[in-house]
Amino acid sequence: MRRLLLPAIAVIIAGGFAALIAFGVSQTGEDRSIDQAVAAEGRPLAPKADVKLPTLDGKGAVSLESLRGRTVVLNIWASWCPPCREEAPELAALQRRIEPLGATVLGVTWNDTIPDARKFIADAKLDYLQARDVGGSFAKAYGTKGLPETFIIDPAGKITALRRGAVDAAFLDAALVPLLGRKAASK
Amino acid sequence: MTLRAAAVTLALALLAAPAAAAQPPTLAGIEDQVMCTVCGVPLSMAREAPAAKRERALIQQLINEGRSEAEIKAELVATYGDGVLIEPRGKGFDLTAWLVPIILTLAGAAALAGLLISWRRRGETAPSAASTAGTLSEADARLVDEALRDSD
Repeated sequence: MRRLLLPAIAVIIAGGFAALIAFGVSQTGEDRSIDQAVAAEGRPLAPKADVKLPTLDGKGAVSLESLRGRTVVLNIWASWCPPCREEAPELAALQRRIEPLGATVLGVTWNDTIPDARKFIADAKLDYLQARDVGGSFAKAYGTKGLPETFIIDPAGKITALRRGAVDAAFLDAALVPLLGRKAASK
Repeated sequence: MTLRAAAVTLALALLAAPAAAAQPPTLAGIEDQVMCTVCGVPLSMAREAPAAKRERALIQQLINEGRSEAEIKAELVATYGDGVLIEPRGKGFDLTAWLVPIILTLAGAAALAGLLISWRRRGETAPSAASTAGTLSEADARLVDEALRDSD
């Protein structure tokens, strides 16, 4: 019995290490499950919907759950990201079109400083909800690796379309007209 | 004279130590302790990434405001989350970074102690050279005697 003690301890330690390595690999791997589900027209539930993200104005918090019942255009961005600057006018115009339809754009900053993000919003004249993903766990659940990324979430909280990269009018029209009607179209 | 010089050197060294500890933080010093969270490498290694440049600018701004190292790190954690610090915090999964080396050291020491005890016991129970000498057969003893005689 005692002869088995040392090998047993060695096996336990080796097993622990293997578990740690497996956990580490699973944390760094690229998650494209949302892309696959949307491509298969699966409409996956938007992850982390219950997470309350602090708003950029410092006055409270917002969660996707609190926006349930409305179509949400979730845009993950940062002020240091040039394509985010390029798509900003498109999103500003979109908000003006879809707000009367009961929908909204929700901006979520990723790895950005508060002053930089606020300046970006003022410069681009963005007039919609803005929140912060402190620590990056929210964006990680969406498989975010680069910016900007945009997810169209229907009133039931399901993702119907996504764009990894800057959005354009064609993408927004194709994704939003089926949900909101012709009034959501850019032209 | 030599003793006096040594005392002066020691006094200066003791005075200099707290002065060095009270040095204001530097960008290079902070850079080595934090990550570029977008790039996944220490900030000191991320030169060109736009996110790294912004993070560096924030640190420099906080240094210029006269913030201490602890205050700067706290501000970085508030902005980027716990993952911005290279040194893991002693809570949650990060705790494994501290516990695993301790557990490994203790396990290694225990294994070494076990091996040493095992060797020692084996040494005590194994027949020694002295005890086996008496078991030499008469024929062998005769051969040894003859060999010794021949060598003389």
